[in-house]
Amino acid sequence: MKQELINYILHLADNALILGQRNAEWCGHGPVLEQDIAMTNISLDLIGQARNFYQYAASLLGEGATEDTLAYLRTEREFRNCLLVEQHNGDWGQTLLRQFLISNFQQLLYTALQTHKDRQLAAIAEKSLKEVTYHLRWSSEWVIRLGDGTRESHERMLKAIDTLWRYTGELFEPAAYETACVQDGTAVSLATIKDEWQHKTGEVFSEAGLPVPENIFMLTGGKMGKHTEQMGYILAELQYLQRAYPNAQW
Amino acid sequence: MTVVHDIDKKMIYAYLDNIKDPEVPALSIIDLGIVKDIQYKEDELEVIITPTYTGCPAMDVISTSIRVMLSTLGFRKVKVTTVLSPAWTTDWMTEEGKRKLKAYGIAPPNPRQQVCNNKLFAPNESVQCPHCDSYHTRRISEFGSTACKALYQCEDCKEPFDYFKCH
Repeated sequence: MKQELINYILHLADNALILGQRNAEWCGHGPVLEQDIAMTNISLDLIGQARNFYQYAASLLGEGATEDTLAYLRTEREFRNCLLVEQHNGDWGQTLLRQFLISNFQQLLYTALQTHKDRQLAAIAEKSLKEVTYHLRWSSEWVIRLGDGTRESHERMLKAIDTLWRYTGELFEPAAYETACVQDGTAVSLATIKDEWQHKTGEVFSEAGLPVPENIFMLTGGKMGKHTEQMGYILAELQYLQRAYPNAQW
Repeated sequence: MTVVHDIDKKMIYAYLDNIKDPEVPALSIIDLGIVKDIQYKEDELEVIITPTYTGCPAMDVISTSIRVMLSTLGFRKVKVTTVLSPAWTTDWMTEEGKRKLKAYGIAPPNPRQQVCNNKLFAPNESVQCPHCDSYHTRRISEFGSTACKALYQCEDCKEPFDYFKCH
């Protein structure tokens, strides 16, 4: 059971870390200064959340594991993040849509996780929730602003949906370790938050004048370590320093 | 070695009040409300703190400052423990802290009930300008120079200012 729990914690950590890393690519490239700062602030929150999860996983793993060895020294197949978080930033609209889809998911997940039986996971969820709620409100407003904005912004949002929607199915497909943790009472059953996620997504899309795609073939695998091509490039950048100069410190 | 059995928590809190938040040096860690408890067991002094934001880089600096200060005071074993729950809220900031923030030029957090909800395009919080006290202000950005702040501008005196957002 312990290994399943560790895998579940790593899955939550990897989602936050990889999305934080992706968002941080906007640093210095945002469309306006305020939104550049917004993206890096959200990254900081996500990386902070990832650190809490990694520290907890490391304490269960023992044998010299630390938050740093987990982030910097695991291989691609050992990362358990969803495919959605590793996708290209694309344009501003695509980044915002990805943020909205994930923030919506994290908000529901952390809300539920607060009352589950693992006290440390519940505490991390409680701590992260206020930050995620802020991200959700901000990204929802941007999806609406762009979807209901100019003809060009609307078309770009349609393209973003076309690119990203196929990765949303995985959010609600439990991995084997997750199912085991759900039975044990430590993980959130994804079936219990799916309806609410769809409802909220539908609400925001409808206000944005954007369609919710139907009958789309969904790509999965990330949670089991089978990633898209993007993942290798992310890790190459994220892990380069520690791989090239082992144990280098600031 | 003298073993201190009955430590005076108040005295230690008074010392900790000299440790500033490196990112908002107007505030001490006591003003911020992040010191949750102090315990003394078997020669070890434990300070329990809680982070403001999960990614706040100031937290590592603060932990180190606590250890350095208490070691300088003569405590041989000092442990700083971070707890996450209950999650920190700006409600824990002291009134003294809010006063210091304003004097420093940062608008202190409003009482909690004003925001912290999911409503979209909600009207901006009414934030008082720390310079001229006007409530005629507008939000420039939901995010600011650190995780805990948003950017505002006063429509009367025209000064831009940081708002320590309610959390």
